[in-house]
Amino acid sequence: MAVNGDIVRFDNVGLRYGTGREVLSDLSFTLHAGQFYFLTGTSGAGKTSLLKLLYLAQRPSRGAIRMFGGDVITLPRQRLPAIRRRLGVVFQDFRLVPHLSAFDNVALPLRLSGVSEGELRQPVADMLDWVGLGSRADARPATLSGGEQQRVAIARAVIARPELLVADEPTGNVDPEMALKLLRLFEALGRLGTAVVVATHDVNLLGKVPDCLIMRLDNGRLSDPTGALRYPPRREPAETRA
Amino acid sequence: MKVPPVFDRALRRLGGPANDIAGARVLPAARLGGPMPWVIAIMVALCVLAAGGALALANFTARAEAGLNGGLTVQIVEADPVGREAQTRAAKALLEGDRAVAEVQAVPETELARLVEPLLGDAARSSALVLPALIDVRLTDAAPAGTAERLRSALATVAPSARLDAQAAWLEPIFGAIRALRWLAVMLIALLMLASAAAVWLAARNAFDANRETIMIVHHLGAGDAQLARLFQRAVLTDAAIGGAIGLAIGGVTLAFLGARFAGLDSGLVANGAFGPGDWLLVALVPVIMAGVALATARRTVLSRLGRML
Ligand SMILES: Nc1ncnc2c1ncn2[C@@H]1O[C@H](COP(=O)(O)OP(=O)(O)O)[C@@H](O)[C@H]1O
Ligand SMILES: [Mg+2]
Repeated sequence: MAVNGDIVRFDNVGLRYGTGREVLSDLSFTLHAGQFYFLTGTSGAGKTSLLKLLYLAQRPSRGAIRMFGGDVITLPRQRLPAIRRRLGVVFQDFRLVPHLSAFDNVALPLRLSGVSEGELRQPVADMLDWVGLGSRADARPATLSGGEQQRVAIARAVIARPELLVADEPTGNVDPEMALKLLRLFEALGRLGTAVVVATHDVNLLGKVPDCLIMRLDNGRLSDPTGALRYPPRREPAETRA
Repeated sequence: MKVPPVFDRALRRLGGPANDIAGARVLPAARLGGPMPWVIAIMVALCVLAAGGALALANFTARAEAGLNGGLTVQIVEADPVGREAQTRAAKALLEGDRAVAEVQAVPETELARLVEPLLGDAARSSALVLPALIDVRLTDAAPAGTAERLRSALATVAPSARLDAQAAWLEPIFGAIRALRWLAVMLIALLMLASAAAVWLAARNAFDANRETIMIVHHLGAGDAQLARLFQRAVLTDAAIGGAIGLAIGGVTLAFLGARFAGLDSGLVANGAFGPGDWLLVALVPVIMAGVALATARRTVLSRLGRML
């Protein structure tokens, strides 16, 4: 387990694509177990790029990243799958497997970690019910609306109870009511000890989650006016262990 | 995951957890598909024929050599019938008295005449034609290596016109040529296997690229390289099983048919190449080896492509 509940630690991380300019610069922050983070910033500020670093789809061009207590930059690539299975990711473009039903898409993380069919049927069905898709379990992604696909993607990201949840604009395609419901789901996951990072450009969402920390990206730099990211407020053990 | 730590470490080195993810149905099809089974069937059939040919030749030479080994022929090449007769008797006596000799048999003149008759016609029976006297000698199994040499010099004193030859030596150039043919068959099989590997490589690469999006997703959800590679291995194994069975059937039936045709020639030959159970087992091994080659190729192809992803 991570020291002090540190899930992720960035030190002076920078990222450039190819030989272009740095799209992320001097990022230093720590993500804690059980904490809810909003990642905001205008379009093009680098939110998706930062999330890619978090879900190990991209290596930084400089700096150090530690996850679950280990240095993920020097880690040999065959050790990365074990870390990826501790993450839940909601991709901005959903990335559902087109030939699999909603049920099979949601069941994917459990099947990858070897959960038996008998054990996964009920949790997957419950999760689909929770996101309001209980009746669409057999539907292929192509037959679902954008909002429905997004909810399948969210169900898939949370089903294995990840230690770090990374969601890229997860409420971009759903109505406000469903957006709130999904935020409640993420909060619940946070109470179970998951560090939750939700990227959004929708400032209206920010006030909807009490106790959230806000990471604001501006032109690839993180503004941390209160220092809460670099020196997070110490939380009571009882609170973190909920 | 409940595996001993040492296994766990080994499996992690192979790229993540060991559990089979076939149940996740990541690949939409159970086979690499397309003409793959037919390509494998043809390759297996050709390999079976090449292997069958090589085995038959090996059997033939082994049996011919076994039949000829320890066999010597003594010719008394002497124009004077009386001298020939005397030398033959002396040579025969010497050979019969030797411990290394198991059997001595003078070939009767009439038999000799019968043997050359098809070649020389009536002339064979005329007394004008001088035939050498022939003595067939079979050495004991315990005869030491230099026996032929020793007998040759011993014969020189009692029968100066005697010429001694090892029977196997006559056929040595033929055996040499047959051995070369066997190497040709081995090379043929190696090339066929290589061509099959190339076909599997292409098919696996196409299947990988066709499913790239899905593979990327599953990769990001934490599937290990070995888990993903195993999906392709399973697909190629299905193709190899179908193709191998068809190829083995075609090749095996052809071999059996050829075997039956060649068995008809048996009477006139010292030896034949007929198959024993061990030979058929080796032939049946061809599709198994082919499946192994296909499996290894698919695995390497997929792992090398996955290796380019972070
Ligand atoms: N794969 C890529 N190659 C090159 N540039 C990229 C790539 N992805 C994003 N960028 C650039 O990086 C910057 C940040 O993009 P992104 O992280 O997607 O921002 P956001 O998610 O906040 O809209 C943008 O200028 C974008 O053009
Ligand atoms: Mg984005």
